[in-house]
Amino acid sequence: MRRSSIINAPITRRRALRAGAAAAILAGAGLPRRSRAAEQELNILVWCDHTDAALLQPFEEAHNVRINVKDYQETGAALAVLEQSQPGDWDVFVVDSVDVRRVAEQGLLAPLDDVQLPWDSIFPELHAPELHKIDGKTYAVPEKFGYNSIAFDKSKVEEAEVRRADIMWNPKYKGRIAVYDYYIPAMEMVALGMGIRPDQITAEKLPAIREKLLEIKPLASVIGDVPTVQNALVTGAADIIIAGGEFVVAGLAQENPNLDWVLPDSGGIRWMQGVGIFEASQKKELAAELVKYIVGPDGQARLATASCYWAMPTNQQAALGDAEKQRLRWNEQPGFIKNSYPYFIPDETLNKAMLEVWTEFLQA
Amino acid sequence: MRTIAGLPMTTRAAPRLLAWAPAPAVIWTALFFILPLLAMALVSLTRRERGQTVDLWTFANYGTFLTQGGGVFLEALRNSIEVTLIVTVLSVLVAYPIAYVLAYRVPARWQRVLLVLLVLPFWTSYVIRSYSWLLVLSEKGIISLALQGLGLADGPVGLGNTRGATVLGFVHFFAMLLTLTIYANLVQIRESYRRAAADLGASPLQVFLRITMPLSLPGVAVGAFLTFVLAIGDYVTPQILGGSRELLLPQAIMLQVGRTADFPLASAMSMVLMAVVTLAYLLFARHLRMDRV
Repeated sequence: MRRSSIINAPITRRRALRAGAAAAILAGAGLPRRSRAAEQELNILVWCDHTDAALLQPFEEAHNVRINVKDYQETGAALAVLEQSQPGDWDVFVVDSVDVRRVAEQGLLAPLDDVQLPWDSIFPELHAPELHKIDGKTYAVPEKFGYNSIAFDKSKVEEAEVRRADIMWNPKYKGRIAVYDYYIPAMEMVALGMGIRPDQITAEKLPAIREKLLEIKPLASVIGDVPTVQNALVTGAADIIIAGGEFVVAGLAQENPNLDWVLPDSGGIRWMQGVGIFEASQKKELAAELVKYIVGPDGQARLATASCYWAMPTNQQAALGDAEKQRLRWNEQPGFIKNSYPYFIPDETLNKAMLEVWTEFLQA
Repeated sequence: MRTIAGLPMTTRAAPRLLAWAPAPAVIWTALFFILPLLAMALVSLTRRERGQTVDLWTFANYGTFLTQGGGVFLEALRNSIEVTLIVTVLSVLVAYPIAYVLAYRVPARWQRVLLVLLVLPFWTSYVIRSYSWLLVLSEKGIISLALQGLGLADGPVGLGNTRGATVLGFVHFFAMLLTLTIYANLVQIRESYRRAAADLGASPLQVFLRITMPLSLPGVAVGAFLTFVLAIGDYVTPQILGGSRELLLPQAIMLQVGRTADFPLASAMSMVLMAVVTLAYLLFARHLRMDRV
């Protein structure tokens, strides 16, 4: 079952974000950041937000190290990269929290020293030892999280309306709705709107969820990846994005202050990523320093506002400014965390059934 | 008559060396086309569960293609064929007049400049070009603003995220390609043929219909075939411009690869796409004269 959660793990929002961030990557991490020779190198396998030069450069300069970055789009792709690598090629791994145990059980991750990690500053609800620990040993520390909720243009939609999940079926917004095309959180959002918790989704409940999902299609103007739904919101093709969230709009809010997001009162889906060290790394001490930096106050602020996508830092001490916190709805986090559900990764059979329903939705 | 046996050694060796000349191309094709195709065909006959291959030599994936979701994949194939045919026909209709004017109406010294201008859009990534079209076609885009400015629309008009937008994006790209193949063909037609027809009393229209058009068909066929093949397999343009309001087969294939890593089903669907392309080739084959383009 766990294996299927990785092999079949559908790609996350970041796959699509990668396309939108390509220019930023080229402008930043994709190009040599420093001219002077570094004494040593670290190789990191990460999501695209970690390719931001603004995040890596301070660490490189402080430790006289060059960080070589490889970003990937889904856990399966990362495992494929690892299969083609030699042990020791990679030092640091950023991975979806739901996949940490499986990766650790394959012997790929080294235990982390809890003493070195700022657990006291990390939102207690995000510790999730069932995801990050095996037999009391920590294999990854949560570093960033966010929500599949609803993003919207507040010049056209009242926030009070967005807080009601039934906005997804409100005929008033016919032709004004974009749907983020990652089917698991999107369908889990629909389920939540029906009063079904994500972990309560079963094959038996799928027909009812399918029916409600198909009701959205005539109202939708766009179904697409992150750049596509962002584009729809910015160009006026849509007023709300179902299954969008801070990762879609927070980075755009400076140019488009009307773009916002909120968790509906019925709840949303919470995603989280962790950072760990490869067991085969030959530079574990330096890798541990990088992990400490990333989950420290400065690194957390830079990671939260990385050019690829913004999202909440797990460390409550993250050195974010007021405006940045506002965009991330920092003050509402306790309520949001309480009212959101971790990604529920279905088993292979249910996953295929959900994808079949989603394919039907796309074709409807 | 001189025979090869009568030639000096070095001259006799030349034909043998020439016989090996296609070897790099053959090796390349075998390595990067035939082998991957065979691998894909083989994978399409397997079934995976929990990341493991559980069946070999099964047609289950082809059965899934035909029956899943009440024929949702068949509908995707139908959409792909429809869109591709529309794109091919429109691209020919747009490209032919341009190529004709370039070949016969534009002075030779300007033809090269215009050809460079024609291929300029090729220098931009087609992902960027697709997103650019999305902006142009959006409610805040130039077309919407122009329509409102001219009083032809009461409010913003959004043309993006539709099949029409996908077709437009494709035609923009493939009309350029077709113009090149048709132009290359037109300039090879001897001027004397057209002049002789005119001397014998044919009107310009008759010259075009009886001489120019039939002789340019190989260029049209090659360009149309390339358009068909490239358009039916394209994922990016419909994904960006179509807004996923309907599913084309490459998008359905990507769903299997990207979302569930179901490579056997994706391979089976790709083999179906390959069969459609092969069929198209057989239909076009009569007119495919690569030496004429």
